[in-house]
Amino acid sequence: MKTNTGAEIVIKALISQGVDTVFGYPGGAVLPIYDEIFKEKSINHILVRHEQGAVHAAEGYARSTGKPGVVLVTSGPGATNAVTGLTDALMDSIPLVVLTGQVPTFMIGNDAFQEADTVGITRPCTKHNWLVKDTNKLAKTIHTAFHVAMTGRPGPVLVDIPKDVQFAGGIYIEPNEIQQTYHIKPAKPQKTSVEKIVDAITMAKKPVIYSGGGVINSGKKASNLLRMLVSKTNFPITSTLMGLGCYPASGENWLGMLGMHGTYEANMAMHDCDLLLCIGARFDDRITGRTDAFSPNSFKVHVDIDPSSINKNIQVDVPLVSDIELALKAIIKKWEKCGKETQRESVKNWWNKINDWKKVKCLAYRQYGNTIKPQYAIDRLEKLTSNFDRYITTEVGQHQMWAAQYMKFEEPNRWMTSGGLGTMGYGFPASIGVQIAYPQSLVINIAGEASWLMNMQELGTAVQYGLPVKQFILNNERLGMVRQWQELLHGERYSHSWSASLPDFEKLADAYGVKGITCDNPNDLDDAINEMINFQGPVIFNCVVEKHENCFPMIPSGKAHNEMILGEFGDKNSIDSTGAVLV
Amino acid sequence: MTDLDIQKGSNKKSAYNLRDPLSEITESHTLAVIVDNESGVLARVIGLFSGRGYNIDSLTVAEVDHSGKLSRITIVTTGTPAVIEQIKAQLERMVPVHAVHDLTVEGKSVERELALLKVKGKGEKRVEALRLADVFRANVVDSTLKSFTFEIKGTPEKIDAFCELMRPLGLSEVARTGVAALSRGD
Repeated sequence: MKTNTGAEIVIKALISQGVDTVFGYPGGAVLPIYDEIFKEKSINHILVRHEQGAVHAAEGYARSTGKPGVVLVTSGPGATNAVTGLTDALMDSIPLVVLTGQVPTFMIGNDAFQEADTVGITRPCTKHNWLVKDTNKLAKTIHTAFHVAMTGRPGPVLVDIPKDVQFAGGIYIEPNEIQQTYHIKPAKPQKTSVEKIVDAITMAKKPVIYSGGGVINSGKKASNLLRMLVSKTNFPITSTLMGLGCYPASGENWLGMLGMHGTYEANMAMHDCDLLLCIGARFDDRITGRTDAFSPNSFKVHVDIDPSSINKNIQVDVPLVSDIELALKAIIKKWEKCGKETQRESVKNWWNKINDWKKVKCLAYRQYGNTIKPQYAIDRLEKLTSNFDRYITTEVGQHQMWAAQYMKFEEPNRWMTSGGLGTMGYGFPASIGVQIAYPQSLVINIAGEASWLMNMQELGTAVQYGLPVKQFILNNERLGMVRQWQELLHGERYSHSWSASLPDFEKLADAYGVKGITCDNPNDLDDAINEMINFQGPVIFNCVVEKHENCFPMIPSGKAHNEMILGEFGDKNSIDSTGAVLV
Repeated sequence: MTDLDIQKGSNKKSAYNLRDPLSEITESHTLAVIVDNESGVLARVIGLFSGRGYNIDSLTVAEVDHSGKLSRITIVTTGTPAVIEQIKAQLERMVPVHAVHDLTVEGKSVERELALLKVKGKGEKRVEALRLADVFRANVVDSTLKSFTFEIKGTPEKIDAFCELMRPLGLSEVARTGVAALSRGD
């Protein structure tokens, strides 16, 4: 039988898995694999500037395409630098296959140069990981890694490959020669649960659908089925941060995002509903607020592919463990078979109540004076880019929440953000990964200056590969969200939440040979945004905004959905425009 | 209302004994986890317990199927019913885990533990230790003129009781295996 070197097997396995893009950074322990990459032209290797950047770029690639993101890094520091990205991907259920080099098997445990216990360190931050000590097991392990990353609830996996295993000869096998034993059970929606859910849909007087990232992970068909369910039942729908786009923001039944910085109408509907249909979300603490006061009078249904998500934070009445697409198909089919009934009159009254909540205009803001309000900046960005084939990534903080509130997403896979882990520094490399997948599309990273600086080294990557990513930086010279919490909860003691040494962003752009734009006047904003959009290449847009703006609405930690703080310009607790002039 | 949590094969037939998932009362459960005997599998399982803040009261592990390379991990854990359900769900979704059996709710089970005790003493105490060992059906597996080493097997409670009796008689060292458990019947 013909043998291959371990390094050749790695490349053959990747090609067989349909991989065309690898994000990576070479080093001593992966040199044999890089030697094969040098020879193999069908794999597009993207050289990042830091391993964390490689993992986030792979996340952006995976989230926008639905395919697994692939990362190749070296042993020791290469692997430890990947840990934040792995944890981020685990929290947000992003499928990744990370290949790490390792010191030769005979040196493992000797504190060799660039040795780290990679499988030990990454055990809690991967769905599964493997150390391959035998070249003959390499192909099987890599194929299994892809299978595990993509099966059930997706997640990151890691394969640690010692250097001698990369050099040694072994047999390559194809994926179809392996019987995979890992599978999620049960595969099909349980009949009794589907029946109970259909009953609940038929009986509900004040229903609300709470959808999440699981709908996006399930695929485009799941989003289409969700839209069908909403339009047929006329139920209101809200979504988590991770689920934005699975139901269109222009849709009639859309309430906006829910949770800590969600809309007033979405959170009030969650609190007052009598049927809560959770589809592909996990009752995260940013969503529920105080759990003992969470949606107190509702019958709760939870559809999720991961059994461990059921009853983890919130006890539900009907769990349905299933892939979302299969579950929605079964629910719609059964409901139509049972006569497609809903409590139309009651639901209509419920909509009247919701429309009253909408009148509060919880996202209202006022642009006045010569300083750009961050909400205004994102609002204008939305208006001026909405007709483009557009992908949005974000960093983490106030700008992320404003982006979630003011950007409108019509399709799934268009919105890449770090939800569960809240990783500052995610957005820039993620935008690179998205742009690699969609070279012709408009890819914008909405950032805060502090987050952006965390992975700004990736500017080198964007330049090297000619990636026209637009870095839209809301620069308030503050760690905005930290500052907001210090203002609201720590007596306005702004401990270390500002930077006294920010770079000149235009000069920084100059240094890398990319375009820099600074805008600090609301009257110039539209022209500046258009200039950014129309420029053929990477742009650093330094949008100088109001320094002490707060992000509202807000459910303070430990409060319930009906205890939101609203901004000063909403119609509920604000002074009207004439009053504002007087005061 | 939440569905009543009736487990298949439950020995608790009375409606008064149905488990309340919202109960705050802490229960002790014995879990048998069948896993692939691969490198790091025990670290994965105990890492799950420490990482998510679950308790381990006792743990035993050994390969039980050499050809299939399967190991059986027996864990005695405590928690509220909701926590126990979480532990099982979290274990079940791990890649090398084949099955998780909650022996406490899946009908009656047999639990056994083995312990070795070294008891040092002279005169009447030494005779009394030997007499009690006989009562508990413990075997002497080693002896000197000043000490006995007993082997005892039984339920954890029986071993606890034997240890307590030996303490005033010169108990100097104890080694316990932890609980091994199987469900009763077919």
